[in-house]
Amino acid sequence: MTANDPSSTSLQLTADGQLRHFLTLDGLNRTLLTEILDTADSFIEVGERSIKKVPLLRGRTVVNLFFESSTRTRSTFELAAKRLSADVLNLDINTSATSKGESLSDTLLNLEAMASDMFVVRHSQSGAPHFIAESVTPGVAIINAGDGRHAHPTQAMLDMLTIRQHKGRFEGLKVAIVGDVLHSRVARSQIRALNELGAAEVRVIAPATLLPRDVESLGCTVEYDMARGMKDLDVVIMLRLQKERMEGALLPSEREFYRLYGLNREKLALADPGCIVMHPGPINRGVEIESAVADGPQSVILNQVTNGIAIRMAVMSMAMGGQMAERNRKLAGRAEG
Amino acid sequence: MTALLDMDRLLDDLEAGLRRKLEERGVTAPALIGIRTGGVWLADVMSKRLGLKEPWGELDISFYRDDFSRIGLNPKVKPSSLPFSTEDRDIILIDDVIMSGRTIRAAMNEIFDYGRPASIILATLVDLGARELPVQPDVTGRVLALQSHQRVKLRGPDPLHIELQETGK
Repeated sequence: MTANDPSSTSLQLTADGQLRHFLTLDGLNRTLLTEILDTADSFIEVGERSIKKVPLLRGRTVVNLFFESSTRTRSTFELAAKRLSADVLNLDINTSATSKGESLSDTLLNLEAMASDMFVVRHSQSGAPHFIAESVTPGVAIINAGDGRHAHPTQAMLDMLTIRQHKGRFEGLKVAIVGDVLHSRVARSQIRALNELGAAEVRVIAPATLLPRDVESLGCTVEYDMARGMKDLDVVIMLRLQKERMEGALLPSEREFYRLYGLNREKLALADPGCIVMHPGPINRGVEIESAVADGPQSVILNQVTNGIAIRMAVMSMAMGGQMAERNRKLAGRAEG
Repeated sequence: MTALLDMDRLLDDLEAGLRRKLEERGVTAPALIGIRTGGVWLADVMSKRLGLKEPWGELDISFYRDDFSRIGLNPKVKPSSLPFSTEDRDIILIDDVIMSGRTIRAAMNEIFDYGRPASIILATLVDLGARELPVQPDVTGRVLALQSHQRVKLRGPDPLHIELQETGK
């Protein structure tokens, strides 16, 4: 299955349009994306309470199934699940069963036998969460925490929440995504989300060597010159250089990249004065972004981290709720039949 | 039934009941919390009638509902907002209608996640009985016995009025 396969929509949505899994933003309409943002907005307030928990997933077991390590993403998923009162199991697959020769299918069967209700999956192979969603027992929700170069839908949605908080809208916004688009799974999800939510223009700014071949087909314009690309921007999203995913020399040097595509105060001054600066982290200071900009008044990078927990709470509770509502409809249908 | 649901009389009775209960308990500075949506409209009215200076709080109990596992998450959930600390405060919790008691149970669970209040007075405009949990209001505008196919719903906020609905079952 590929991300654009129409069956991915029927896989991740129930018959009445609720989330069953959260694998990709493809096929999710503006209403549902807005619902995710609204629900996340409500969860932000939970993080400000004396007891930062709600009982939605009490008694449910969430397994963080990370085939590729990521401390930050795993921490926010873990915190999100715990704030929903779930029991959380963290599995770093690289250092556990599969390295002892166990197949993925066997690992999943074992986890299902432990009565798990949700798998949060991160994998270096595009489509792995789709594969797992197709093969797990009905009733188990799969959340994509980043797969290959394909998608990182929760990261894109926390970026959308951050943009909406600061800009109040998507209509009319000019947004640029800068840097290593080629290796970025989040850039694909961001472009998809921004277009669906009504942004006026999504621009990618990068050297040709760090752009996918038919990048315009994702729904964006391309600019190779950073100074021209910064013009009139409302939002600039810097991407991390995915040095670990680069095969061969795609860049002359980090210093050269910073000179041409790094965001410093001079380049930021070319954008709209209210332009906000985003970065998914971890930041390579002095490579993608100047420290004075990363820590400056236009930076909303730490808001993104806070919003990451709220978005993951929203997606997890909506998917679990969709699964449970679907199961109860089926049980009711069986009883009536 | 129409006379029973006269809004001015209901609000007068609710206010009088609340004043009596506050005096009885020796509460002089209550914090008022309304349960969305009807309870928030009533909190606005009662806050003015009781002359409370502090802004009232709003609870959305969607994250605390006990039917999440059956019907999923309410897509219209809005953040709760309590503009005061509940810790050691005397709370008035207000809602338009009490029936099963499940909404109130959820609301009290949520209030305790903000802190431990000294006490809670529960006020509802209408009590329909049909309780499924042992939760009783301290103050009620009116107790109504409806037919099984009938429901009441508070409409508002301006003007506030109660609608008698026939469910058809």
